Amino acid sequence: MPPATAKSPFWMGVRAGAPFILVVVPFAALFGLVATEAGLNLLETLGFSFAVVAGAAQFTALQLMQEQAPVLVVLISALAVNLRLAMYSAALTPHLGAAPLWQRAFVAYMTVDQSFTTSIAAYDRHPHWRLGQKTAFFFGACTPVLPAWLAATIAGALAGQHIPPDFALDFAVPITFLAMIAPMLRTLAHVAAALTAVTMALVLAWLPYNLGLLVAGFAGMVAGAQIELRVERRVIGEGHGT
Amino acid sequence: MIEKTTLWLVIAGLGLGSFGLRFLFLGLVGNRPLPAWVLRHLRYTAVAVIPALVAPMVLWPQATGGTPDPARLAAATVTLAVGLISRNVLAAILAGGATLFGLLYLA
Repeated sequence: MPPATAKSPFWMGVRAGAPFILVVVPFAALFGLVATEAGLNLLETLGFSFAVVAGAAQFTALQLMQEQAPVLVVLISALAVNLRLAMYSAALTPHLGAAPLWQRAFVAYMTVDQSFTTSIAAYDRHPHWRLGQKTAFFFGACTPVLPAWLAATIAGALAGQHIPPDFALDFAVPITFLAMIAPMLRTLAHVAAALTAVTMALVLAWLPYNLGLLVAGFAGMVAGAQIELRVERRVIGEGHGT
Repeated sequence: MIEKTTLWLVIAGLGLGSFGLRFLFLGLVGNRPLPAWVLRHLRYTAVAVIPALVAPMVLWPQATGGTPDPARLAAATVTLAVGLISRNVLAAILAGGATLFGLLYLA
Protein backbone atom coordinates (compact mmCIF):
# COMPACT_ATOMS: atom_id res chain seq x y z
CA MET A 1 0.00 0.00 0.00
CA PRO A 2 1.71 3.30 -1.04
CA PRO A 3 1.87 5.47 2.10
CA ALA A 4 1.50 8.77 0.21
CA THR A 5 -2.01 7.91 -1.04
CA ALA A 6 -3.09 5.80 1.94
CA LYS A 7 -2.09 8.14 4.76
CA SER A 8 -4.63 10.89 4.26
CA PRO A 9 -7.78 8.68 4.12
CA PHE A 10 -6.43 6.74 7.11
CA TRP A 11 -6.32 9.89 9.27
CA MET A 12 -9.68 11.00 7.91
CA GLY A 13 -10.95 7.65 9.13
CA VAL A 14 -9.37 8.12 12.56
CA ARG A 15 -11.05 11.52 12.87
CA ALA A 16 -14.40 10.10 11.71
CA GLY A 17 -14.18 7.19 14.14
CA ALA A 18 -13.02 9.17 17.19
CA PRO A 19 -16.46 10.52 18.29
CA PHE A 20 -17.77 6.95 18.51
CA ILE A 21 -15.49 6.40 21.51
CA LEU A 22 -18.18 8.25 23.47
CA VAL A 23 -20.75 5.65 22.39
CA VAL A 24 -18.56 2.54 22.57
CA VAL A 25 -16.98 3.18 25.99
CA PRO A 26 -20.17 3.22 28.11
CA PHE A 27 -21.56 0.29 26.12
CA ALA A 28 -18.44 -1.88 26.56
CA ALA A 29 -18.06 -0.86 30.20
CA LEU A 30 -21.67 -1.87 30.78
CA PHE A 31 -20.98 -5.28 29.23
CA GLY A 32 -17.92 -5.70 31.48
CA LEU A 33 -20.07 -4.79 34.45
CA VAL A 34 -23.03 -7.03 33.60
CA ALA A 35 -20.74 -9.97 32.72
CA THR A 36 -18.91 -9.64 36.03
CA GLU A 37 -22.23 -9.57 37.87
CA ALA A 38 -23.24 -12.73 35.97
CA GLY A 39 -20.16 -14.47 37.44
CA LEU A 40 -17.66 -14.20 34.56
CA ASN A 41 -14.02 -13.52 35.47
CA LEU A 42 -11.85 -10.91 33.73
CA LEU A 43 -10.38 -13.36 31.18
CA GLU A 44 -13.81 -14.68 30.21
CA THR A 45 -15.29 -11.19 29.92
CA LEU A 46 -12.40 -9.92 27.81
CA GLY A 47 -12.39 -13.09 25.69
CA PHE A 48 -16.08 -12.55 25.02
CA SER A 49 -15.54 -8.95 23.81
CA PHE A 50 -12.41 -9.88 21.84
CA ALA A 51 -13.95 -12.86 20.03
CA VAL A 52 -17.40 -11.46 19.31
CA VAL A 53 -16.95 -7.64 19.06
CA ALA A 54 -20.72 -7.09 18.99
CA GLY A 55 -22.32 -5.63 22.11
CA ALA A 56 -25.96 -6.43 21.35
CA ALA A 57 -25.24 -10.11 20.62
CA GLN A 58 -23.07 -10.36 23.73
CA PHE A 59 -25.84 -8.97 25.96
CA THR A 60 -28.36 -11.32 24.35
CA ALA A 61 -26.10 -14.36 24.87
CA LEU A 62 -25.34 -13.41 28.47
CA GLN A 63 -29.03 -12.92 29.26
CA LEU A 64 -30.04 -16.28 27.75
CA MET A 65 -27.20 -18.16 29.49
CA GLN A 66 -28.40 -16.76 32.81
CA GLU A 67 -31.86 -18.14 31.96
CA GLN A 68 -30.13 -21.54 31.43
CA ALA A 69 -31.13 -21.70 27.76
CA PRO A 70 -29.51 -24.52 25.69
CA VAL A 71 -26.26 -23.57 23.88
CA LEU A 72 -27.89 -23.90 20.45
CA VAL A 73 -30.72 -21.52 21.38
CA VAL A 74 -28.20 -19.02 22.81
CA LEU A 75 -26.15 -19.14 19.62
CA ILE A 76 -29.11 -18.85 17.23
CA SER A 77 -30.69 -15.96 19.14
CA ALA A 78 -27.43 -14.02 19.50
CA LEU A 79 -26.47 -14.62 15.87
CA ALA A 80 -29.95 -13.43 14.84
CA VAL A 81 -29.12 -10.14 16.53
CA ASN A 82 -25.91 -10.11 14.48
CA LEU A 83 -27.61 -10.83 11.14
CA ARG A 84 -27.25 -7.14 10.34
CA LEU A 85 -23.49 -7.75 10.10
CA ALA A 86 -24.15 -9.87 7.01
CA MET A 87 -25.99 -6.89 5.55
CA TYR A 88 -23.02 -4.65 6.34
CA SER A 89 -20.75 -7.23 4.71
CA ALA A 90 -22.93 -7.21 1.60
CA ALA A 91 -22.92 -3.40 1.45
CA LEU A 92 -19.12 -3.22 1.86
CA THR A 93 -18.48 -5.83 -0.85
CA PRO A 94 -18.82 -3.47 -3.87
CA HIS A 95 -16.23 -1.16 -2.23
CA LEU A 96 -13.74 -3.57 -0.65
CA GLY A 97 -14.47 -6.90 -2.37
CA ALA A 98 -11.35 -6.60 -4.55
CA ALA A 99 -8.95 -6.24 -1.59
CA PRO A 100 -6.54 -9.11 -0.76
CA LEU A 101 -8.13 -11.92 1.27
CA TRP A 102 -6.18 -11.14 4.46
CA GLN A 103 -7.34 -7.52 4.34
CA ARG A 104 -10.93 -8.60 3.79
CA ALA A 105 -10.60 -10.93 6.79
CA PHE A 106 -9.48 -8.01 8.99
CA VAL A 107 -12.24 -5.78 7.60
CA ALA A 108 -14.74 -8.53 8.43
CA TYR A 109 -13.46 -8.90 12.01
CA MET A 110 -13.67 -5.12 12.53
CA THR A 111 -17.10 -4.62 10.91
CA VAL A 112 -19.23 -3.02 13.62
CA ASP A 113 -22.12 -0.53 13.42
CA GLN A 114 -19.80 2.47 13.77
CA SER A 115 -16.97 1.50 11.39
CA PHE A 116 -19.50 0.40 8.77
CA THR A 117 -21.76 3.46 8.95
CA THR A 118 -18.96 6.02 8.88
CA SER A 119 -17.09 4.23 6.05
CA ILE A 120 -20.13 3.94 3.79
CA ALA A 121 -20.85 7.64 4.38
CA ALA A 122 -17.23 8.49 3.43
CA TYR A 123 -17.35 6.32 0.28
CA ASP A 124 -20.47 8.23 -0.79
CA ARG A 125 -18.68 11.55 -0.26
CA HIS A 126 -15.51 10.44 -2.11
CA PRO A 127 -16.62 8.44 -5.16
CA HIS A 128 -13.18 8.89 -6.77
CA TRP A 129 -11.41 6.94 -4.00
CA ARG A 130 -9.45 3.89 -5.10
CA LEU A 131 -9.39 0.57 -3.22
CA GLY A 132 -6.29 1.44 -1.13
CA GLN A 133 -7.85 4.70 0.04
CA LYS A 134 -11.13 2.98 0.93
CA THR A 135 -9.45 0.26 3.01
CA ALA A 136 -7.21 2.90 4.65
CA PHE A 137 -10.27 4.90 5.72
CA PHE A 138 -11.99 1.78 7.08
CA PHE A 139 -8.97 0.75 9.17
CA GLY A 140 -8.56 4.38 10.26
CA ALA A 141 -12.15 4.47 11.52
CA CYS A 142 -11.54 1.23 13.50
CA THR A 143 -8.31 2.48 15.09
CA PRO A 144 -9.89 4.58 17.88
CA VAL A 145 -12.99 2.37 18.27
CA LEU A 146 -11.63 -1.16 18.82
CA PRO A 147 -9.00 -0.39 21.51
CA ALA A 148 -11.66 1.70 23.30
CA TRP A 149 -14.03 -1.27 23.08
CA LEU A 150 -11.58 -3.68 24.74
CA ALA A 151 -10.22 -1.19 27.30
CA ALA A 152 -13.72 -0.18 28.41
CA THR A 153 -14.72 -3.86 28.74
CA ILE A 154 -11.81 -4.35 31.17
CA ALA A 155 -12.66 -1.13 33.03
CA GLY A 156 -16.29 -2.21 33.41
CA ALA A 157 -15.29 -5.66 34.63
CA LEU A 158 -12.87 -4.17 37.18
CA ALA A 159 -15.40 -1.54 38.33
CA GLY A 160 -17.62 -4.53 39.12
CA GLN A 161 -19.83 -3.88 42.10
CA HIS A 162 -18.66 -0.30 42.64
CA ILE A 163 -21.57 1.14 40.64
CA PRO A 164 -24.80 1.20 42.66
CA PRO A 165 -27.75 -0.64 41.05
CA ASP A 166 -30.06 2.39 41.39
CA PHE A 167 -27.90 4.17 38.79
CA ALA A 168 -30.29 2.76 36.10
CA LEU A 169 -27.41 1.52 33.93
CA ASP A 170 -29.73 -1.25 32.70
CA PHE A 171 -31.28 1.36 30.42
CA ALA A 172 -28.03 2.37 28.69
CA VAL A 173 -28.59 -0.51 26.25
CA PRO A 174 -32.10 0.46 25.03
CA ILE A 175 -31.11 4.15 24.83
CA THR A 176 -27.97 3.43 22.80
CA PHE A 177 -29.86 1.17 20.41
CA LEU A 178 -32.80 3.53 19.96
CA ALA A 179 -30.36 6.37 19.30
CA MET A 180 -28.57 4.31 16.65
CA ILE A 181 -31.78 3.10 14.96
CA ALA A 182 -33.76 6.38 14.90
CA PRO A 183 -31.55 8.11 12.28
CA MET A 184 -31.80 4.96 10.12
CA LEU A 185 -35.61 5.23 9.84
CA ARG A 186 -35.38 7.17 6.59
CA THR A 187 -38.16 5.64 4.48
CA LEU A 188 -41.67 4.25 4.90
CA ALA A 189 -40.21 0.76 4.43
CA HIS A 190 -37.74 1.24 7.29
CA VAL A 191 -40.53 2.48 9.58
CA ALA A 192 -42.79 -0.43 8.56
CA ALA A 193 -39.99 -2.92 9.28
CA ALA A 194 -39.38 -1.43 12.73
CA LEU A 195 -43.08 -1.18 13.69
CA THR A 196 -43.83 -4.74 12.51
CA ALA A 197 -40.84 -6.11 14.40
CA VAL A 198 -41.75 -4.22 17.59
CA THR A 199 -45.38 -5.40 17.46
CA MET A 200 -44.39 -9.02 16.83
CA ALA A 201 -41.72 -8.91 19.56
CA LEU A 202 -44.26 -7.70 22.13
CA VAL A 203 -46.98 -10.13 21.01
CA LEU A 204 -44.53 -13.07 20.99
CA ALA A 205 -42.69 -12.09 24.19
CA TRP A 206 -44.16 -15.19 25.89
CA LEU A 207 -42.13 -17.55 23.66
CA PRO A 208 -39.22 -19.17 25.55
CA TYR A 209 -35.53 -18.31 25.01
CA ASN A 210 -36.18 -15.08 23.10
CA LEU A 211 -37.44 -17.07 20.11
CA GLY A 212 -39.95 -14.24 19.59
CA LEU A 213 -37.00 -12.04 18.61
CA LEU A 214 -36.19 -14.34 15.68
CA VAL A 215 -39.77 -14.40 14.38
CA ALA A 216 -40.23 -10.66 14.96
CA GLY A 217 -36.96 -9.85 13.19
CA PHE A 218 -37.85 -11.90 10.13
CA ALA A 219 -41.39 -10.46 10.06
CA GLY A 220 -39.94 -6.95 10.14
CA MET A 221 -37.51 -7.73 7.31
CA VAL A 222 -40.31 -9.14 5.14
CA ALA A 223 -42.50 -6.09 5.91
CA GLY A 224 -39.69 -3.71 4.93
CA ALA A 225 -38.96 -5.59 1.70
CA GLN A 226 -42.66 -5.74 0.76
CA ILE A 227 -43.24 -2.01 1.34
CA GLU A 228 -40.09 -1.17 -0.61
CA LEU A 229 -41.33 -3.30 -3.52
CA ARG A 230 -44.76 -1.62 -3.46
CA VAL A 231 -43.32 1.91 -3.30
CA GLU A 232 -40.97 1.08 -6.18
CA ARG A 233 -43.84 -0.28 -8.31
CA ARG A 234 -45.94 2.80 -7.60
CA VAL A 235 -43.08 5.08 -8.64
CA ILE A 236 -42.55 3.08 -11.84
CA GLY A 237 -46.32 3.00 -12.45
CA GLU A 238 -46.58 6.77 -12.08
CA GLY A 239 -43.58 7.23 -14.38
CA HIS A 240 -45.27 5.23 -17.15
CA GLY A 241 -48.79 6.56 -16.47
CA THR A 242 -50.55 9.61 -17.87
CA MET B 1 -24.57 -19.24 37.66
CA ILE B 2 -23.36 -19.93 34.11
CA GLU B 3 -21.56 -23.21 33.52
CA LYS B 4 -17.97 -22.76 32.27
CA THR B 5 -18.28 -25.26 29.41
CA THR B 6 -21.45 -23.58 28.19
CA LEU B 7 -19.79 -20.17 28.45
CA TRP B 8 -16.72 -21.04 26.37
CA LEU B 9 -18.84 -22.94 23.81
CA VAL B 10 -20.97 -19.82 23.40
CA ILE B 11 -17.94 -17.49 23.21
CA ALA B 12 -16.27 -19.68 20.57
CA GLY B 13 -19.47 -20.33 18.61
CA LEU B 14 -20.59 -16.73 18.72
CA GLY B 15 -17.12 -15.48 17.78
CA LEU B 16 -16.87 -17.83 14.79
CA GLY B 17 -20.50 -17.26 13.79
CA SER B 18 -20.20 -13.47 13.98
CA PHE B 19 -17.02 -13.55 11.92
CA GLY B 20 -18.78 -15.82 9.44
CA LEU B 21 -21.64 -13.34 9.05
CA ARG B 22 -19.19 -10.46 8.59
CA PHE B 23 -17.08 -12.46 6.12
CA LEU B 24 -20.05 -14.02 4.29
CA PHE B 25 -20.34 -11.52 1.43
CA LEU B 26 -17.03 -9.70 1.66
CA GLY B 27 -14.97 -12.88 1.66
CA LEU B 28 -16.95 -15.46 -0.23
CA VAL B 29 -19.05 -13.43 -2.66
CA GLY B 30 -16.25 -11.01 -3.52
CA ASN B 31 -17.25 -9.10 -6.63
CA ARG B 32 -20.16 -11.32 -7.71
CA PRO B 33 -23.61 -9.62 -7.54
CA LEU B 34 -26.30 -10.82 -5.10
CA PRO B 35 -29.95 -11.53 -5.99
CA ALA B 36 -32.06 -8.38 -5.60
CA TRP B 37 -34.59 -10.06 -3.29
CA VAL B 38 -31.86 -11.10 -0.85
CA LEU B 39 -30.47 -7.55 -0.66
CA ARG B 40 -34.01 -6.21 -0.32
CA HIS B 41 -34.53 -8.23 2.85
CA LEU B 42 -31.02 -7.71 4.24
CA ARG B 43 -31.48 -3.93 4.03
CA TYR B 44 -34.07 -4.10 6.83
CA THR B 45 -32.22 -6.43 9.21
CA ALA B 46 -30.93 -3.69 11.52
CA VAL B 47 -34.16 -1.67 11.68
CA ALA B 48 -36.18 -4.85 12.37
CA VAL B 49 -34.00 -6.85 14.78
CA ILE B 50 -32.76 -4.02 17.00
CA PRO B 51 -36.23 -2.51 17.71
CA ALA B 52 -37.57 -6.03 18.35
CA LEU B 53 -34.76 -6.53 20.87
CA VAL B 54 -35.35 -3.18 22.56
CA ALA B 55 -39.18 -3.09 22.72
CA PRO B 56 -39.62 -5.54 25.63
CA MET B 57 -36.73 -3.88 27.52
CA VAL B 58 -38.52 -0.52 27.23
CA LEU B 59 -42.01 -1.74 28.07
CA TRP B 60 -41.11 -4.30 30.75
CA PRO B 61 -37.74 -3.26 32.25
CA GLN B 62 -35.97 -5.92 34.33
CA ALA B 63 -34.86 -3.30 36.87
CA THR B 64 -38.50 -2.72 37.91
CA GLY B 65 -39.36 -6.42 37.82
CA GLY B 66 -41.20 -6.05 34.50
CA THR B 67 -43.53 -3.24 35.56
CA PRO B 68 -43.75 -0.39 33.00
CA ASP B 69 -41.79 2.59 34.34
CA PRO B 70 -42.75 6.19 33.36
CA ALA B 71 -39.13 7.44 33.54
CA ARG B 72 -37.83 4.71 31.24
CA LEU B 73 -40.76 5.07 28.82
CA ALA B 74 -40.18 8.83 28.65
CA ALA B 75 -36.41 8.35 28.16
CA ALA B 76 -37.02 5.92 25.29
CA THR B 77 -39.53 8.29 23.66
CA VAL B 78 -37.15 11.27 23.94
CA THR B 79 -34.21 9.23 22.57
CA LEU B 80 -36.28 8.13 19.58
CA ALA B 81 -37.68 11.62 18.92
CA VAL B 82 -34.31 13.39 19.17
CA GLY B 83 -32.71 10.70 16.99
CA LEU B 84 -35.44 11.07 14.35
CA ILE B 85 -35.27 14.88 14.30
CA SER B 86 -31.53 15.49 14.70
CA ARG B 87 -30.26 12.32 12.91
CA ASN B 88 -27.46 12.51 15.50
CA VAL B 89 -26.72 9.38 17.55
CA LEU B 90 -24.81 11.18 20.29
CA ALA B 91 -27.47 13.91 20.72
CA ALA B 92 -30.14 11.20 21.06
CA ILE B 93 -28.13 9.27 23.68
CA LEU B 94 -27.46 12.41 25.73
CA ALA B 95 -31.10 13.56 25.54
CA GLY B 96 -32.38 10.11 26.53
CA GLY B 97 -29.89 9.79 29.38
CA ALA B 98 -30.72 13.27 30.68
CA THR B 99 -34.45 12.47 30.59
CA LEU B 100 -33.96 9.19 32.46
CA PHE B 101 -31.74 10.59 35.21
CA GLY B 102 -33.80 13.78 35.46
CA LEU B 103 -37.06 11.88 36.00
CA LEU B 104 -35.48 9.29 38.32
CA TYR B 105 -34.04 12.16 40.38
CA LEU B 106 -37.45 13.87 40.62
CA ALA B 107 -39.26 10.63 41.48
